[in-house]
Amino acid sequence: MRPFAYQRATDASAAVAALAVAATDNNPLTESKVQPLAGGTTLIDLMKLDVMRPSTVIDINPLASAWSAINLDGGNLRLGALARMSDVAANPEIQHNYPVVADALRLAASQQLRNMATLGGNVLQRTRCTYFRDVSYGNCNKRNPGSGCAALEGINRMHAVLGISEQCIATYPGDFAQALIALDATVEITGRSGVRTIPFSELHKPPGNSPQIETTLAAGELISGFSIPGRWPRSVYLKARDRQSYEFALASAAVALDIQDGVVRDARVALGGVATVPWRAREAEAVIKGQKLDDGLAQRVAEAAFATAKGNKHNAFKIGLGKRVVARALHQAAAMEV
Amino acid sequence: MSMAAPEPKANMGQSVPRYDAVAKVTGRAQYAADVPLANPAYAYLVTSSIAKGRIDRFDLTVAKQVRGVIDIVTHENAETLKEPKLSSNGGYASTTIQPLKSPEIAHEGQIVAVVLAETFEAAREAAHLVKVSYTAAVPTATFDSPGTTAARAKGQLSQFKEDPAVGDFAKAFEQAEVKVTASYETPTQHHNSMELFATSCVWNGDSLTIYEPSQYVYGLKNAVADQLGIDADKVRVINPYVGGAFGSKGSMTPRTAIIASIARRLGRPVKLVATRDQGFTIATYRAETRHVIQIGAGSDGRLTALRHEGAEISSRPDAYAVGGTKTTTRLYACPNVASLVSIVRADRNTPGFMRSPPEVPYMFALESAMDELAVKLNMDPIELRRVNDTSKEPIGGKPYTSRSLLACYDEGAKAFGWANRNSQPKSMSDGDWLIGYGCATTCYPTQMAPAAARVRLQRDGRARVEIAGHEIGNGAYTVIGQAAAERLGIPFEKVSVFIGDSDLPPAPVAGGSNSTASTCSAVITVCDQIRRRLFKALMPDENLVDKAKETVGLAQPPSTQAAQSDRPLDLDRAFDALGVSVVEEYGEWKPEGAPMDSFRAMHKGEVRMVGGDKMSDKIAYAFGAEFVEVRVNRWTHEIRVPRIVGAFAAGHIMNPRTSHSQLMGGLIWGMSSALHEATEIDPRYARYVNDNLADYLMPVNADVPSVEVIMLSEQDDHINPAGVKGLGELANVGTNAAVCNAIFHATGQRIRKLPVRLEKLEA
Ligand SMILES: Cc1cc2nc3c(=O)[nH]c(=O)nc-3n(C[C@H](O)[C@H](O)[C@H](O)COP(=O)(O)OP(=O)(O)OC[C@H]3O[C@@H](n4cnc5c(N)ncnc54)[C@H](O)[C@@H]3O)c2cc1C
Ligand code: SF4
Repeated sequence: MRPFAYQRATDASAAVAALAVAATDNNPLTESKVQPLAGGTTLIDLMKLDVMRPSTVIDINPLASAWSAINLDGGNLRLGALARMSDVAANPEIQHNYPVVADALRLAASQQLRNMATLGGNVLQRTRCTYFRDVSYGNCNKRNPGSGCAALEGINRMHAVLGISEQCIATYPGDFAQALIALDATVEITGRSGVRTIPFSELHKPPGNSPQIETTLAAGELISGFSIPGRWPRSVYLKARDRQSYEFALASAAVALDIQDGVVRDARVALGGVATVPWRAREAEAVIKGQKLDDGLAQRVAEAAFATAKGNKHNAFKIGLGKRVVARALHQAAAMEV
Repeated sequence: MSMAAPEPKANMGQSVPRYDAVAKVTGRAQYAADVPLANPAYAYLVTSSIAKGRIDRFDLTVAKQVRGVIDIVTHENAETLKEPKLSSNGGYASTTIQPLKSPEIAHEGQIVAVVLAETFEAAREAAHLVKVSYTAAVPTATFDSPGTTAARAKGQLSQFKEDPAVGDFAKAFEQAEVKVTASYETPTQHHNSMELFATSCVWNGDSLTIYEPSQYVYGLKNAVADQLGIDADKVRVINPYVGGAFGSKGSMTPRTAIIASIARRLGRPVKLVATRDQGFTIATYRAETRHVIQIGAGSDGRLTALRHEGAEISSRPDAYAVGGTKTTTRLYACPNVASLVSIVRADRNTPGFMRSPPEVPYMFALESAMDELAVKLNMDPIELRRVNDTSKEPIGGKPYTSRSLLACYDEGAKAFGWANRNSQPKSMSDGDWLIGYGCATTCYPTQMAPAAARVRLQRDGRARVEIAGHEIGNGAYTVIGQAAAERLGIPFEKVSVFIGDSDLPPAPVAGGSNSTASTCSAVITVCDQIRRRLFKALMPDENLVDKAKETVGLAQPPSTQAAQSDRPLDLDRAFDALGVSVVEEYGEWKPEGAPMDSFRAMHKGEVRMVGGDKMSDKIAYAFGAEFVEVRVNRWTHEIRVPRIVGAFAAGHIMNPRTSHSQLMGGLIWGMSSALHEATEIDPRYARYVNDNLADYLMPVNADVPSVEVIMLSEQDDHINPAGVKGLGELANVGTNAAVCNAIFHATGQRIRKLPVRLEKLEA
């Protein structure tokens, strides 16, 4: 860890101004010398590991009064970026109307981490790729563009099978983002010129040829909130992992169904633990819409979800596992009493 | 009484609460790195990112500019220390690879520089700025990597003298009615104690005080003195509490003498707290192993032939091996036995002791193979253990001092509900979950070593016990205090216990589960000296003393039962007769069969452990039977363990409460060693990849819904005065096999390579 200055944001415009000053165009945002600090459970970790080296952190927690509301008015859900994971997971109305959201949060990390961590920080958490997190490995394109990828031929059991490139196969590790992308959430972004809103699916960028650039956020922008249109009481988050708690997904599925008279009118399928970015399986959704769910269909949906998947040495199992998780999640959602 | 503090049965002490419980839960207990130092320099290690090759040069310019940096020590300016000798070969050290000696790199994460600064933060910052240029060679990582060399263990290390064998294995196996041949593998594991590898060194003139978590303060003191070339009397090691050790703090690691020498050079105290990931490479680990087991049996299940071949990884220079065949070849009746252990060398740090070093990997192989045999025979696995039970070990024909294995199976099976098991694989389920029941035997050698103690008894009934034992979470304070209280006939609350300091009378390494047996036997011996003095004062006539012995038990057989049934001493009368108010005794105890040089060695910090299979006319082991229920999810293949039951017999139980928690922790560890714990090695670089607590998995609470520990009453008068077998390393043995046996029962799939990850199960 290197010495850094700590500032508390007094208001949003001051915070974004301070962030904008430091960011230069050729740097990815994650390399910027000024970083916002929310719960700190990703940022401080990476600073201790010398992976992130800001010279100033701007504590945005003082903005919580404006940015941490949970609002279910008008049939939509709005979540402030500084809401804590634990508060959102424990909200009975969210549990009832958006089980996929509550469960994705509840099944993430540990209670202590969820008490600290914010939703905005959560969606921006960085990969757990062990080579990325250990700076003694020189070859990591995400940390060190152009240096190669240690994971490609290394220990890659936890790595991604969807959305990968020759440059990077790092998994996007979060759970909550799968619920957001499945439910067509939008992200509210506060910058120097005001607030803009984009689909959540446009927030993250797959690695392609520049894995160091992880999001479409511009210099001086902060996430201020999320919105989810409609209610999704028939929704589940299923997470397969190496232990029963406190562990990232090997494969997970966020599934939401709208079933009327036994026919699936609308279906949402998103995948976690298997892709480089929050992953919406639209091809899979197309298979199910207008159909009656049975074993055969669940299987075809799962196949479609992983049609483009590519395994590496230790992670090819995630393709089969992911399909079974999707099929199981579909059945679970269909069987829900709503 | 509660589940955590079971009601004592026959030959068990009281479930008194831990002596150090309040100090620990209130944070008052001071661990090594908590000890405040006057004006310390903070050390931060720089470790090598290559596993083989040499350092070409350092660029320290930027690092030295960090404000507060005092010095950076590398091989170019480090003091030359004396070569250490390996502990498994009669020395003190965990490795003979001595960092900061030359530019050569022998393994990943070798210490290449030590940054000293005014604050921890400055030292860490500068350490990240140290630039090291290497010429890297291609390293050999592990089994199957190009460049390994393999050789028979026998003859390479003093700890492993013989490959046990008896009869004619080849012929018997050839003729056997039923045969099993199978290969097994266990992974690299790291101890990952909560407390990190910390060392503070303080010089006062030519005297050195070391604050470091150690399982062997006398060993460490002598080891460091040797390396620094100073008199051992000038070195003192202090660690009243150790925050977990599991074997990793039993031998001296290179850091201690390095920090001591730097402190001497700087003329001020130096404090080091190595990071979690550095702990993976600057200390030891459980090496990965491979096994081939061949069993021949009759159709009645009786073993006729057994062969166990094991291979273990070690570093290039050091012959370290655990050689668990000494246990697996003696466990069951079998007339024809063969075995072979070999060491495979790679470019790795030297492995070392980790809780039940030989038994965890070797019993996994044997107890898995026994289950495979039971399946082949279509026999209940408990019945198979029953027909092969023996009161004599088959290699030398020596009798077990006591052996309650079948009783453990009976009680464990009852508590677990083994009778509800449908013997067919894949026959039991609950919704999405396939259910399997599995069991396995555990055993662990009963070991003890010479120990000394000083005990002071006052007229007011207070006592003070001093012994350089070790509180590693095992309950040492508590059982030592209990031993004295019971023997002196005073309340436990009146005993003060002082341990974890090399200025106290010597005790052996807290390893090999010998601690309770050795320290309590020494304390009992010294308490008897006190009693003898008091009785002598009361009854100066020798004949009367004999009479007193008869009535109050001084000459009773060596078990604390005897002491308990004594009449309480009349202290006032005794002290009046003695003419003083305080009596203090120092005494030394050595177990039967200990070598001639035992007491000399004890003071030199050299271990002379006896027991287990090493006794001349008998063999002593503790036993247990472990039962596991696994559930395997049909969809995800996730494996969960909702229930574990273990039944154990280990001679006199000093304290059912502390024993219960040792055994429970052991069972959880055993389950973890099957399903969770494994250090991944990148074969290209010979580097540990998951060297942190997020990626090195261990069970969390949700993984351990129910663990039931049953302690059987057992009395063994052939082992030591305390009658104690030792159980710290008993419960985590065999559990890995029980888990895999249960997985087989649930799924019909036999997993022979640990850890069992969900991808190892086929659809
Ligand atoms: C051991 C461990 C286990 C975990 N397990 C899981 C798991 O199973 N599932 C899971 O989903 N997560 C898991 N996590 C990750 C955890 O959920 C995230 O670290 C947490 O959600 C991040 O939130 P935070 O508020 O602490 O973020 P911070 O650490 O404060 O911030 C993260 C990043 O986002 C930036 N940032 C923060 N807020 C904003 C904002 N409003 N606008 C723009 N940028 C911002 C920061 O600068 C930083 O770069 C785990 C973490 C740990 C340490
Ligand atoms: S997968 Fe990505 S993050 Fe990991 S080593 Fe490769 S480039 Fe770096």
